[in-house]
Amino acid sequence: MGRAWKFGDNISTDLISAGRFYHLRSNLPELAKHTLEDARADFAANVKEGDFVVGGRNFGKGSSREHAPIVIKMCGTKAVLAKSFARIFFRNCINNGLAAIVCDTDRIDEGDELDIDLGKGVVHDRTKGFELHFSPLPPAMEAIMREGGLVEYIKKHGDLVITG
Amino acid sequence: MAAVVTTGQTLVEKVLSAKVGKDVRAGDLVITPVDLAYVQDGTGPLTFRQMEKMGIARAANPKRAIAFIDHASPPPRRELAADHVFIRDFAAKTGMILHDIGDGVCHQVAFEWYVRPWDVVIGADSHTVMGGAMGAFASGMGSTDVGVAIGLGKTWLRVPETMKFDVEGRLPKGVMSKDLILRVIGDIRSDGATYMSMEWGGAAISAMPMHERMTLSNMAVEAGGKCGPIPSDEETKRYLAAHQREAEWRPIAADSDAAYTKVFAYDGSGLEPVVATPGSEDNIVSVTDPTLRDVPIHQVYLGACTNARSEDIAAFAEVVKGEQRAKHTRVIVTPASKEAYMQALRAGHIQALVEFGAMINSPGCGACPGVHGGVPGDGENVLSTQNRNYTGRMGNPAAFVYLGSPLTAAATALYGVITDPRTVV
Repeated sequence: MGRAWKFGDNISTDLISAGRFYHLRSNLPELAKHTLEDARADFAANVKEGDFVVGGRNFGKGSSREHAPIVIKMCGTKAVLAKSFARIFFRNCINNGLAAIVCDTDRIDEGDELDIDLGKGVVHDRTKGFELHFSPLPPAMEAIMREGGLVEYIKKHGDLVITG
Repeated sequence: MAAVVTTGQTLVEKVLSAKVGKDVRAGDLVITPVDLAYVQDGTGPLTFRQMEKMGIARAANPKRAIAFIDHASPPPRRELAADHVFIRDFAAKTGMILHDIGDGVCHQVAFEWYVRPWDVVIGADSHTVMGGAMGAFASGMGSTDVGVAIGLGKTWLRVPETMKFDVEGRLPKGVMSKDLILRVIGDIRSDGATYMSMEWGGAAISAMPMHERMTLSNMAVEAGGKCGPIPSDEETKRYLAAHQREAEWRPIAADSDAAYTKVFAYDGSGLEPVVATPGSEDNIVSVTDPTLRDVPIHQVYLGACTNARSEDIAAFAEVVKGEQRAKHTRVIVTPASKEAYMQALRAGHIQALVEFGAMINSPGCGACPGVHGGVPGDGENVLSTQNRNYTGRMGNPAAFVYLGSPLTAAATALYGVITDPRTVV
C-alpha cells in the first residue's frame, strides 16, 4: 500500500527532470533529489517507498531522457498512473521495470492509499473503497517488464526475441 | 491470376516493409534493422553504461553509429566535461563516429551528412523525428533502446497508424513552416498524434524547400507523434546533391490508396504567423493577438534544431540588417551546425547580426534545453525559434518562453514586443 501523489495533465520530462540539472545525469542519486521539482517542490523530499505518482493526460511528454522514469523509480515510486502517456516516456518506464498504468485517474485524489495488483490489472483505492481495472501490457512490453527491464532482458536473451 | 484487392501503403509502412522484407501494416510488431543510430551528450553516457551492463558495448555498424556532443557544447561545468571524456573514450573504443563540440545539433548534422531516404533512424533524442523530412522513418527513443540499436543493429517497434496532413496553396509572405506546424499542433493538441506517424503532402509541401520541411518533421513529437515523414522528391535530390550525396537519393511517397486514420486538409495560403504562449506548444495565438502587446520580450533566441539553419539566419538577418535591436531585448543566435554557421558567415549575415546587436554562440543546442548559452532571468520573457516552451525548459522555471518563427523573432527583436513579421518583410 502506498500514498498517491497527484499531478495534473501534460507533466513534461522537463518538469520531471529539469535541464538545469543536466550536469547531474551521471550522478543519479543527486539527480533524483530534484525529481518533479518544478511540478511539486515537496515531492522528492517527502515521497515514501511504495508511493505512487498519479498524473492526468499525456504524462511524460517531451524529451527522450530516460533519466525521467529512472529518478521517479529511484525515489521509491512503485508505479506511475495516468489517463495517457507520451510514447517515449511510456517505453522508457517499461525498459526500466517501472509500472506505467493507464486508467481513469480522475477518481484518485492526493493522499489516497492505493494498492495495485499488476497481475490482475486492478488498482484498489483503499481510502475511497473503489477499484479501477486496467489492460495488461502488450506481450512485447510484458516480456521486458517481466525481466525487470530491457537491460536484464538483453542479459538473459542476448538479443531481441520479441513476438506478438 | 485473380486480382487481389489490397489498400496501398503509407510512407512509414513502405519504409518498414522494405526494411523487414515483408508487407507490414499499422499495428504490426516488427524487429527491424537500424540504418543509423545516434546519441547526444545528455543521453549518450547512460546509453553507453547500459550497453556495458547488457554486455553489448560495441557498435554493430560503427560507420552508422554516431555520438554527438551538442547539448553542453562547449561544456560549462566539470561534470559535463567528464561526460564528454567518457563519450570520446567510448566512441574511440567502439569505432563509432564522434561529432565533437562545435559541429552542431545532432539532428541537423545527421540530416546534412548521414540520413538517407528509406532509412530507419533511431536516436536518443526526441527530435530525431526531423529525419522524416528526408523520406526516412526516424524516431526518438530512450538511452537503453538506442544502446540496443547501436550494439545489436536492430530495434523493435509497432508500425504506427498515420495521420495525413495535406497542405495546398502557398504560404504567404511572412509566414513560415513554423507557423504551419504550430497551427497544426494547436489544432490537434500536444497529444493529438500520440503513437502515430504524421505524414505530410500536398502542393505547399512539394513547393517547400528542405529547410522548411525539416521544421515540420522536427515538431512531430510536439504533437506526440512517433515520426513525421515527408516524401522524397526532386527537392530531396537537390538537397543531397548540395551535400555531395546525390547518389544516395531515392524517391519515396505513400501510395495514393494508402489507409490513413485521419486526413487533415490545410490551405497554406490562408495561414498567418502565430506564436505558442508559455507552458505548452499547443497554446497557439495569432501574432496579432492584442494580449501579446503588453508583454516585453527580454530575450530573442534564434537557435535549436527547429529553426537555426542558414536559411533561418538569412531570413532573420535580412529583416534586421542596418537596424539596431530594441534596447531591452537581448538577441542570441546559435547556428544549428557548422555548415549553417559557415554559410551565414560567407553571406555576411553574421556580421549583420552582430552589428544589429546580436551575440553569436558556437553551433549546438545552446539555450534551448536550459543547460547554458542564454538562461533567462526570473520573470523574464523569451521569444524563441525552438520547439518547446515548458516550464523550466530554458533553465529557469520562473521565466516565460514564447515560440515563433525566425521572421517573427526578427520583427520582435526590432521592436521588443512580439511583432507581426508581415509588417517588416
